[in-house]
This record gives sequence, C-alpha cells and structure tokens, in this order.
Amino acid sequence: MGYLEKIVKHVLEFTVNGEPVTVLVQPHEMLLAVLRDHLGLTGAKEGCGLGECGACTVLVDGVSVNSCLFPALEAEGALVTTIEGLMVDDGRLSPLQQAFVDHGAVQCGFCTPGMVMSAEALLAETPHPTEKQVRAGLAGNLCRCTGYNQIIEAVLAAGESSDSNPKPGNEPGKERP
Amino acid sequence: MTRDRELRYVGRPIPKMDAAQKVAGRAQYIQDLKKPGMLHGAIKYSDQVHARILSIDASRARKLPGVKAVLTGDDIPLIPIGFMKDNLALKKGKVRQYRDEVAAVAAINSEIAREAVDLIQVEYEPLPAVFDPEEALLPGAPLIHETDAKGGPNKSNRLKLPWNLVCGDVDAGRAASTHVVEDRFSTTWVAHCCLGASGCLAEFDLSGNLTMHSITQIPYLAQNDFGAFLAGLGLEGKNVRILSTTIGGGFGSKLDTHVYEFIAILLAHKTNKPVRMIFSREEEFLAQAPRQPTRIRIAQGCDQYGRLTFRDVDMILDNGAYTSWGATTPSVMMVPISSLYRVPNVRYKATCVYTNNLYSQAMRGYGNPQATFAIESITDQLAEAAGIDPLEFRLLNVNQPGEITPQRFRVTTCGLRECIEGVADKLGWAEHRKNPKKARGFGLGSLIHVGGGARVYKSDGHGMIMRVDDFGKVTVITGGVEIGQGLETIIAQVTAECVGVLPEDITVVKGDTSICPWDVGTHASRAAFVSGNAALAAGAKLKRKILELAGPMMRVDPKDLDLRDRMVFSTYDPEEAMPLDKVLRKAHFTAQGTVLTAEHFYDPPNEMLDKEFKGNLSCSYAYGATGVEVEVDEETGQVEILKYIAAHDVGRALNPLLLKGQVYGAALMGTGMALTEQLVLKDGKVQNDNFLDYKILTALDALPVEPILVEPVDEAGPYGAKGVGEPGCVPVAPAIANAIYDAVGVRIRDLPITPEKILAGLKKKRGGTL
Repeated sequence: MGYLEKIVKHVLEFTVNGEPVTVLVQPHEMLLAVLRDHLGLTGAKEGCGLGECGACTVLVDGVSVNSCLFPALEAEGALVTTIEGLMVDDGRLSPLQQAFVDHGAVQCGFCTPGMVMSAEALLAETPHPTEKQVRAGLAGNLCRCTGYNQIIEAVLAAGESSDSNPKPGNEPGKERP
Repeated sequence: MTRDRELRYVGRPIPKMDAAQKVAGRAQYIQDLKKPGMLHGAIKYSDQVHARILSIDASRARKLPGVKAVLTGDDIPLIPIGFMKDNLALKKGKVRQYRDEVAAVAAINSEIAREAVDLIQVEYEPLPAVFDPEEALLPGAPLIHETDAKGGPNKSNRLKLPWNLVCGDVDAGRAASTHVVEDRFSTTWVAHCCLGASGCLAEFDLSGNLTMHSITQIPYLAQNDFGAFLAGLGLEGKNVRILSTTIGGGFGSKLDTHVYEFIAILLAHKTNKPVRMIFSREEEFLAQAPRQPTRIRIAQGCDQYGRLTFRDVDMILDNGAYTSWGATTPSVMMVPISSLYRVPNVRYKATCVYTNNLYSQAMRGYGNPQATFAIESITDQLAEAAGIDPLEFRLLNVNQPGEITPQRFRVTTCGLRECIEGVADKLGWAEHRKNPKKARGFGLGSLIHVGGGARVYKSDGHGMIMRVDDFGKVTVITGGVEIGQGLETIIAQVTAECVGVLPEDITVVKGDTSICPWDVGTHASRAAFVSGNAALAAGAKLKRKILELAGPMMRVDPKDLDLRDRMVFSTYDPEEAMPLDKVLRKAHFTAQGTVLTAEHFYDPPNEMLDKEFKGNLSCSYAYGATGVEVEVDEETGQVEILKYIAAHDVGRALNPLLLKGQVYGAALMGTGMALTEQLVLKDGKVQNDNFLDYKILTALDALPVEPILVEPVDEAGPYGAKGVGEPGCVPVAPAIANAIYDAVGVRIRDLPITPEKILAGLKKKRGGTL
C-alpha cells in the first residue's frame, strides 16, 4: 500500500483570530501544520518540531501551546490566536509588538512570533510581571540572536505601559461556535 | 568633514526597519515559500561512518506513488564541490561520515519524500575509521581521501593547506624570557543553532536558467558555485539567479554552499519542477557543519618586567570528512595570535586534518574565539607566573594606536586600554583584589578582530546603486545580506545622513543577484563597514547630481547649495530653498530630462595576506574586553555569572540599539560556547541532535550584560565605525575560565567548562584521585 491510499481525513472546525474555519485534517496532523499549510497562517514557525524551541507558540483558548505538538483535532471548537491575530483593529501593531520593535528585541525574527505569543500569554495572566517572571515566562522560547536582554526589556516595558491586556481568544462578544 | 557636523540619524537608536514585518509574522522565510507544482526534497544519509558503497537499491522508493525522482551518485555526473573540491552532492564509491548524502528523493509532499528515503536500501562494506585528528596524522591511519581534487594520490590525512606564520625570532624570544608558560587547550564542535533551519528552493526555467531561493550569506559566491555545478550538468553558461528570503539566523553557517543545495538543484533539474528542501531540526544538527574544533599547544613568555617576549602556537583543526571555507579560519586566528597585545616574536602553525567526523565550518568569529581562548587563558597563567596582577599585566602589554604589529597590521585607532580599564572599573577590580570573596572570581579577556573588512578573498568589495524618484524617495540597491543584524537600517541611516533626506525616505532593495550589484558576502563583521562606506560614496555622488540639477532652477551655483531634510537650500541664505521633490519632478518632466542614479563599488584599502601570511588584512581593527564576576558552587560545580561587562571599541556606534543587540547576543552565544555547548560525537555519530540535549542558553540564563562603547572615531569607517558583529563572542570563554580559576583555583583547558570538569579539578586540587 502506498501512502496516497492510506489517507483518512476528519472535519475540524475552530475559530482562528476571530474567524470560524473548517478544514479537513488527518488524525496525526498537528495544529501548526494546519495553520501553516491549510490556512496559510505562516507567522507561527517550526523551529524544531519537538516542542523544544517555542517558535510555533500560539494561544488555544488563551493558553500558550507549542502548536507543533498540539494535535489539530484537539482544537475542535477552540479559539485559536496566532501572531497574525495580535494586530489591533486598525492594522497597527499591538503595544506588545510595538515594544518588541522599539526595544530592539527582533533580529533574525524567526523566534519572534512565538516569543511574542508567549509574552502575550504571560501578560494576560500577569499584567505587570517582574523580570524574573518574564524570564520564566519566556524560558520555553529559544532565541539565538538577541541574548534575550532586549526581549526581556520589551516585555517589561509592555507590562508597565498597559493596564489591561485583553486575553486573546477570550474577547468579550466573541463566542465559541 | 561630515563627521564633524551635527549628525541627525547616524548614532541614533533607530529601530530595525524590518522589525515590524517580523513581529507581525509577515516576514517570509524559506520555510514559508511555496511555488505552484512544487516538489519536496529529502535526503538519504549514510548510516555508516566510513564504508564502501556496494549497491544502492532504490527500486521500492521509485515505485512509491507520489515520488517524482530518486537520484543516487550513479545517476549524476561527477561534479566535485566544496572549497577544496573534495565533496560530491551524492556520494560515489564510499562514504566518509555519518551524514554523507547517498541518495535523494523529490515527491509531492514531504511525508512521501521521507517515506521514500526510508525505502532506499544501501549495502556497505565497512572500512576502518579514524576520529582523533592526531591519530589521523599517524602513519598507517585510514585514509579519508585516497586522492586529492586533481586526482593525485594523498599520502596522509593532512590537508594540503599549510598555515605558517613566523614573525621575529621565537627561539631567541624564549631564550630571553624570564618567565615562560606552556599549556594545551581544546575547543569542540559548536552548532550554529539558527532558529530557522536550513533550506532552499531550486527552480529552472524552460531555457535551463536556475533561480535559487536561498538563505545564503554569500549570494554572489554561491552564484559562481552553482554556475560551475550547472556546467557539470551540461548547462554551461546558463544564468543563476539567487533570490534571498528572510534569513532565520546566520552566524557563519551560510558562508559555504552546502550539499543540500546542490541536491535541490539536481532534483529540480531532473523533474523540471520547483523543488524545496527544508531541514528538520534533527538534520540541522546532523547535517549542518559545526564550528571547527581545535587542539592548541601554546607557549608564551615575558621578561622580568612582564613585557611579552614571544608567543608560540601550534594548532590542529579537525576538518572532518570534507573541507569547507572553515579550513581558512587560521587566517583570522592569526589576528589575535600575532597582534593581541604587543608581542615581538610570534610563531603559528595550523594543520587541518581529515577525520571521519562531521565536516566542520566557520562560525561567528571565524576561529578567533578558539584562538583567543588559548591566548587569554595563558596570559593569565603567565601573569601569575610573573607575579603580576592580570589586569596590570594586560595594560603593560596593551596595543597602541598607530603601531604596526608583527604581522604588519597597521593599527589606526585602538581603544583597547580604555576597554580594559572600563571593564576593570565597572567590575570593581581593585576592591576585589583587596577583599576577595570566597568562591567568587573575576576574569578578563581581551580581543582584537578585523573591524574594517577582511581581505580573505581577492576582493573585499561591496556594490551599491542609488536612485531617487519624483518624490525624493531614495532606493538603495545593495549586494549586502541582512541576517538579522540590521544592515538595512544602517544603510538607511547613513544614506539619509549623507544625502540629506529622512531615514523613512529610504527603501533598501536587496537579495536578488539579478538586480543588486556584487558583494563578497556577509562575513568578517564587515557589512555595516563596507555598505556604510559604499553608501557614503554613492550618496555623495547622488547629492552632487541633485544639487547640479537644482542650481540652474534656483539660479544659485551648485557649489553653494546643500540638501538637508528634503530641502535644497543656499548655504549663504538658507531662506533661498526649494523642496527636493520639486527639483526632482522638474528633472523628469522636462524634454530631454534625466533620471538621477549613482553607484559605487567600495573595496576597502586592505591587503590580502602574502605568502608569509603578512599584510594589513583589515583597514581598521576592532578591540574589546570582557570582564565577568562568577560564583562557583564547590559542591555542584555550577558557575553563576554575577556581573558581565562588555567593552567594545566600535569606532562609532552607528545605531546603539542595534549595536547593543549584537553585543548582548554575542555575549550569550560566547557563554554557551564557554559553559554548555558541545555537539557530542561518539565514533563520528552525533549523540545530541535536539535542543534538549544540545544546550543553548535560555531567557533564564540571560546575562546581566553592561555594555561599554568606546568610540575612537576611525578615519577608515563610515562616520568612524568599525565592525562589531563577531567581536562580542571572541573573549567570553577565557574571561569565564579566568574567573573560575580566580574563584576556586581550577584551570579548565577544554571547552565547554562543565560542572563535571570543575568538580574533577577541585578534587584533584584537594589531592584526591580522579
């Protein structure tokens, strides 16, 4: 039996960045592959495929997950937020994204989307984190360029400047389908 | 002079131009690139370390539905590749390392491609192997390559690439020394660990021209390599176009053209479809080439006053099974060996040796971190032998502005003294010497690196074209490569400054060899230096053309006009002014009008090393010093870095925000090399091919880096700047090793400095057996 004959697909419905989507996925497919290959949301990156680097971090019902290890079918009915969904409504960067830009927290940028999503989850949980909390919150996201210093600065600054970080995926008025 | 005028954009902490795209998830990396009809490539690697290939059975793979091509060494012409032309895209006859590529597949998706790879059966006859570079040099050692690139017989595993530098008389220097210290050091395989793994997308047009979507740091050298490869495929004279995607990390890993790229070309050619090849993280560890390991024997001496008398270095580099440009890292290792501190007599010999280990390549610092680990460790040992404080010892021997070093480097500016003193001051060196705390130690490491380009190739050039549109927007077309360091932003700042527009008026076009003029590559900390100088020259030409155009319109002699903030004005009467866009529209919307462009090819006035390996390799030299305070846990051997001061002579900080990013990143990368990073090879096989087992440092380990920027504006650099990309990781390991010795009296000579090595050292020191 060749590979092509073995395919079984399931219907998966969930909400991504506020939009309901329906996709056909194979049971073994991970959320990252569905986002990138089926939905064209290439902001989340595959850095290792093993849940070790965090470049694929997205939020599922407000909780940060390594989407490379998150079975897509488990996202059924969930509210998923990716880096593409962080921009504020008029198409500008969110305060957290802007802090990354302003503090020099971006170099090659490959880890950046995952790093921002982890920081987003952290700030949703802890709006004014200490440096120690920021380090702990980003410990699962590897970066080879920056030494993390300016990333930590950016997240601290975003934490100081914003009083309310609405939890992505849990915005009022947006209900689970 | 421009640099004396008040600077508007140069020197400002302007955020990176591409940061918004990246932080929004919109930047397109090679992993994000798709083409209609695209196939996915996968590689079958050898599972033997040194063996004859008896047969390859790819019949089952070829039959798998969805497979479009399967290639082995027998299916393709023999086209040698690599720096010494000792490698093949698909191996023929024998394999020499575990990662050797023996077959390749193109299929409609990556799962099928990988499944097909697993169906390929290879029969081998194992051969004796050698993994220790010193054993590989012994008579009777298994030969990795029986013949050289020209087909001549190889008698040994020693590369025919000798590195010998002799300055002064080392034997006389040694004889005249009051104190002499000798020791051995080693450094190991360190992986670049770019977060974006390797990949490419190759496609041919119907005329046989190749477009390579690429992440290379050397587009124009790659163009040449791929062109030669096409000639071997019978496609002589066809065009090669390199289109760069956003690059997910460089650090020297992309200074060579790599085997996977040639395989993608083969598969695209065979199938006449675009073929994308993307590495998994496992492949990135197994089949990318790590930093070149070294074994270093070093002797250094001083007179009764502590002045250095000689330095003698003998080094073996483990080349692995094939040769990359990394085999030329001794050319840069010579920089600190000959010229860090004033040392009159120097000898350096480096031997690159073939083994059955992974082949290795250059990484950030181009060998300098390995060499400086030995030099700065033994400098502390020599200071101790002479009874002189290590800080004082360094200052006694510090380099001076204007000196000519034994290797004939013409030092222009040199801020090494300020760097060392700044570090010592911030560390609290004097207080620590008076009242040392238990298990706490201070350590210093200095650095010299090329700061004004480096003529490792015959050209060190950088091409740039500027044009300006109707609205005063300037497009800068550069051959340089952005690898995350901020090249585009630096070019925009320099161009805005020297032309007289705003940074937001600048669009930087890059990453297309069909459009952008030639550049030798992003290496040697040269990008800001060469592109900045190119922008200064091209910008001056462009500005002159604009003013010559404006003169008749404004009825002012162009010599009396200037351009600033988008406004052309008379230098005698700034009220007499005309907006730039008005001037430019008149240029275009006039019968027999003109378009304004300017170009410049900047090749720095540095020298290629001569046959004796002497000459002014760079037209300015970057200096720096790193100082750390560590605490060593004598129970566990754990090292904590309490203070980290990084002083850099940068000439001028073109953009302090980006510059600090380089310093922070290099500090942590250097600390990883010092403390945790080692690709573990057991009989040639990588044991730690993932981020759990290969430990790069995390946000929890981020260092308390305090940068000190020393700015002795250097005439050679754009607005006085020197290169800074690599220097930060050069002196880290010796600074930490010296601090550990200061803390607990244990000298670690082999990187990385693991807790186990420290505990073993402590036990030995206490008189215990190991």
